[in-house]
Amino acid sequence: MRKTIIITATSLAATPAVAADMQISLEIPRLRVAEYHNPYIAIWIEDEAGKAVATLDAWYDVDLKGEEAGTKWLPDLRTWWRRAGRSLRMPADGISGPTQAPGRYDLRFSEGTRPLGRLAPGSYKLRVEAAREVGGRELVTIPFQWPPRSAQTGSASGTAELGAIRLTVRP
Amino acid sequence: MFAKPTLLAAGLAVGLAAFMPHKAEAHRRWLLPSSTVLAGEGTTVTVDAAASNGLFTFDHRPMGLDDLKVIGPDGQPVQHKVIGSGEFRSVFDVPLQQQGTYRIAIANEGMSGVYTLNGERKRFRGVADQVPAGATDVRVTQNASRVETFVTLGAPTETALQPTGQGLEMIPITHPNDLVAGEEAQVRFLLDGQPAAGLEVEFVEGGTRYRDDAGIQTLTTDSDGVLTLTAARPGMYYVEASQGGGQGGPGGGEGEAPARVSSYTAVLEFLPL
Repeated sequence: MRKTIIITATSLAATPAVAADMQISLEIPRLRVAEYHNPYIAIWIEDEAGKAVATLDAWYDVDLKGEEAGTKWLPDLRTWWRRAGRSLRMPADGISGPTQAPGRYDLRFSEGTRPLGRLAPGSYKLRVEAAREVGGRELVTIPFQWPPRSAQTGSASGTAELGAIRLTVRP
Repeated sequence: MFAKPTLLAAGLAVGLAAFMPHKAEAHRRWLLPSSTVLAGEGTTVTVDAAASNGLFTFDHRPMGLDDLKVIGPDGQPVQHKVIGSGEFRSVFDVPLQQQGTYRIAIANEGMSGVYTLNGERKRFRGVADQVPAGATDVRVTQNASRVETFVTLGAPTETALQPTGQGLEMIPITHPNDLVAGEEAQVRFLLDGQPAAGLEVEFVEGGTRYRDDAGIQTLTTDSDGVLTLTAARPGMYYVEASQGGGQGGPGGGEGEAPARVSSYTAVLEFLPL
């Protein structure tokens, strides 16, 4: 599925900062369905070769334990599972979190701090994948350059399981 | 008007039967797992085992589970739990407690053939010493067959995928639980541990009931026994190959060696990315 991607360089005066940072705004749409469960969501960064270099968030039923643990459905986040999830031990510190209800979420990550850590200079993709129990799956991608020379914003929108996603990177 | 096509069909059937290569088993035999890619500390996969014409529909016979063996990520056998056999299929559970890849297989080796005793032609199945003393005109076929599938808990591993060196085997080059529709997957076929070059392999997407075209891709391995599989659509796919055929002598001493038939089938899941 093609997503419209707009990258706009907002010409902010370069503020000297010790570490670059990344802000992600993500919308989980409200859906009219007979049976609704909050989606599982994975947010991660891939390098140009498609290798996952950092998983920023994995939202799932962390509190479900036992025979049908929440981890059971993590492979439904198919792309993330293949690229990163299956080699992580869940729950993972600073990554795992509970599922979230429909709404807008603002997340912030700093360079040099887990889970973002340090990225080598280059072209990257932010990927956001959502999978919902008895529902669908969607993957949204926003490319970006790192480190950012100036503040840059990229946005993309899902059509079913995800709403608007906005990525802002700042030096 | 109506008789002609019928006669023609009958003629064709006879003609085809005469030229059809020997098939060890007329029906497709398969192990269909409930999932191939799993997550968590420990879970269970349940598997249907059947011989059928349709893929993957239960329309003929259940498969016997006497020779079922599950190899775990550490290369050691894993105890499965047989649920039972119905009219059309057998069912068993495999508990997955270790992270990694499991090879689930029904593999057997046996012998079958015919002999003449006191002027009577008799069939036998099992081992060579079932041929009684005094039997003449002994014709023997050695059969090796493997029907298998693969599942992975967590990250894929390789230990369970090592060749056994017996009969026809498919050794994955692309991991069998890392298959994606639209991406090429490579496998290597071995016969008794050696590359099976020029082997004809059938590759069929499941869901045959819902389409007119049988959809059989007939592929041939290269000189290293390597084959490339490409699934256009995500789904469960069936792989089948066999080699050898006919009948030979009883073997032993200076007699003619028995003929050999090796057959292999697997079920592979290709996921959407």
